[in-house]
Parts: sequence; structure tokens; C-alpha cells
Amino acid sequence: MEILNILLLIFIIVCAVAVSLTKNLFTSIVIFMSQSLAMSIIWLLLESPDLAVTEAAVGAGITSLLLFVTLKKIHAIDQQKKGAAQHGTDEE
Amino acid sequence: MARMKNDYENSWWPKLMRWLDNGSTALDDRMEEEMEETHEGHLLPSPEEIAAQEARREERIQQKLTDELELYARAHHWSRTKGTKIADWAYRILAVVICVSIIWVLLQTASYLPSFGSPDNPAHNEVSRRYIEKGMEETGAVNIVAGMILDYRAFDTLGESNVLFVAACSVMILLRVSSDKKHHISSVHQLEMEADDRMYEPKDDLILQRATAFLVPVILLFGVYGLLNGHISPGGGFSGGAIMGAGLILYLNAYGFQKAQRFFTFTVFKAISACALSFYALSKAYSFFTGANHLPSFITPGTPGNLFSAGLIPYLNIAVGLVVCCTMYAFYTHFRKGDM
Repeated sequence: MEILNILLLIFIIVCAVAVSLTKNLFTSIVIFMSQSLAMSIIWLLLESPDLAVTEAAVGAGITSLLLFVTLKKIHAIDQQKKGAAQHGTDEE
Repeated sequence: MARMKNDYENSWWPKLMRWLDNGSTALDDRMEEEMEETHEGHLLPSPEEIAAQEARREERIQQKLTDELELYARAHHWSRTKGTKIADWAYRILAVVICVSIIWVLLQTASYLPSFGSPDNPAHNEVSRRYIEKGMEETGAVNIVAGMILDYRAFDTLGESNVLFVAACSVMILLRVSSDKKHHISSVHQLEMEADDRMYEPKDDLILQRATAFLVPVILLFGVYGLLNGHISPGGGFSGGAIMGAGLILYLNAYGFQKAQRFFTFTVFKAISACALSFYALSKAYSFFTGANHLPSFITPGTPGNLFSAGLIPYLNIAVGLVVCCTMYAFYTHFRKGDM
């Protein structure tokens, strides 16, 4: 159990660094979601299931949903796709 | 309702700013010139004079423009060439320095923290001992956390649910698109279309709908279970409400706004939020009043472990859960299309 705890904590740190280092906003939100999920497992291991359920529902669910919707609203996802496509054709 | 003031230019703040700038803005100059002209206009000047005046004015404006451009170029020459480089380097060095110092402060703080789980931590004082030893007896809640947040610390929870409600209100102020159909000016219409992205969403996705038809009842049931058993098992208002809100959002995504609007509109949101919050405030005010004055109260802890026990806690859980659920759903719909 100790090893799992340490692994999860390392995973959270790696996620937190990766969120700020990824260029793609979509990817960073997915990483943020997985960080929240790991955090909820840690709450479960610390014997606070109340917090685990809330973290899974709010952190991994609703916060990332709102972030996705915001990305769609500011056309960040379309533009990144378009930019990637243009980049691809340029290389060809 | 207070009338909106759209007369920003004439309010006191811009006037003060103009005065601080010695009143030499372009607008003021123009106004002065116009006033001069109107004064001279009484003498009925000949057409040549008017033409000369016009020419003089043109010349003055041209002069001012070239002066400004020159000043602009001179001021920005340095910042465009050498200044950007220096600022760039300063930015990088400062970023590293600030980052390292924050990390150092946080690590220093962490090294002063008491060791994890040791029995003589400052957190293990008479308050937590009282909660653990007498919590079940006094509140009737088997789940100590529910007993704490909805009985001992009920006032904090009232503040939290009000914060959620205020957050929903501010999201509405920022993102709500006016549903006033009278003004169909093209730009407004376009803005509405932009905000209302129902037209871009995939319609009638069969896989999503079948999965939703199976999942949403289960999710909602789990949320209701968490709400109702908040005082017996892990769960409670916030988590149950968040789960229910997530279930509603999933339903909305699968079946579209038209079907969701049949049961959840802005009126429903208003009614549920207001009723839940006022129920919470009134019932807790009653229990605080009787508790503080040692008056007999009809709220009793009951038998711990029963569904209808723990005094007000299950009802407060339901109120908080409804507020959280409505707030989550309102957030999502307002982010999606600026309406409910």
C-alpha cells in the first residue's frame, strides 16, 4: 500500500509538471483530469472516501468538462487542428 | 431597477483623468476649435475666411499628427531594438529567481510541518477529541464528517452553499445571452448564434444515447443515495449533488437542450436554489436559536444508523445537494449556450 501511495504521489507531480509543459491545450486538460483521478485514489487510501467521491466528481468530471467547453467556445480546439493540418501540408 | 448609466465620458473619473493629462486630449482640442468657430460665426465671416480657417485647422491637425508619430518612433526605437532583448533576459532571469524562491519557501514550510500521523500533532486537540468521542451521541450521525460539517460547523456550510449560488449568479451575469427576441439586429443575431452552439453539436448520436439511457439513471440513483445516506455512510450534500449534476450534464449532451428543457429551465433553477438556501438558513437559525438559549427543540438526534435520524442533517444534506446540482448544471448550460 505504501508503494502504491508513493507511485501515485510521483504520478501527481509528473502530471503537474506535464500540464504546464504540454503545448496542446486539449492534452493538458486530459492530463489534469488524470491528475484529479490519482488524487481521488490517494484520498481513498488516506481513508477519506467523502473527499474521494467529491474529487472524482468535481475535479475529474465537472471542472474538466467546463474547461473543454471553454476551449470549444474560444475555438482553441479547431484552431489547433487547423494549425496542425496546415503544418502537415507545409511539410509535404 | 436602477437605470444604467451609459454616460461614461462625462462621469467624474474620465474627467479627472483628462484633467491630470492637462486636458490635452484630441477630443478637447476639437471642442475648443469648434467653440472658437461658433464664436466667430456670429460675425458672419466671408467664404474665404472660412476656407482659410479650414486650411489652418487641417494644417494644425497634420502638424500634431506628424509630431506624435515622430515622438512615437523616437520613444519606441530603443524599446524595439535593445529594449526587447533586455526585457526578454530580465523576464527569464526573474522567472527563474521567483520560481526558485517560491520553491524554497514552500520546502522550508514543509520541513517545519509536524510528521504525518503522529499522535502529538497540534491537530489532535480537545476539539477533534470531542468530535470523535461525542459526535455520534450529540448529532446522531454515524458519519462523523457529516456531523461536523452539517451540525457543529453548519454555519460554514451555509456560507459554502451561498458561495456556490453567488458563483452561478456571476456566471449568468457574464455569460447569459439576452433571450429578447424583439431586437433582431444582424450583429446581435450573429452573436446569439455564436453563443448558441446547439447547431454545431452532433445530433442523435446513437451510441451516446444508448450508453446514456443505461448510465444516467444509475448515476442519478447513486447521487440520490449519496445525498440521503450522507449521515450514515460516506457521501453527503456536495458529492451527491456533484454526481447528480454530472448525470444531468451527460443527459443534456446525449439528448440535446430541447429534451433537457422540458424539466430543467431557468425558473426551476431559481425555485430550487432559493427554496433550498432559505430552508437551510431558516432551519439552522431555528436550531441555533434553541441550542444557544437551551430551549427545548423538536429536532432530536434519533437512533444513530436509521435513515430518518441525526436531526436536521439529512434535510440539510438534501438542500445542499440540490443547490450544488443546480449550480453545476447552470454552469454547464451557460458555458454552452448562455441560457438554460
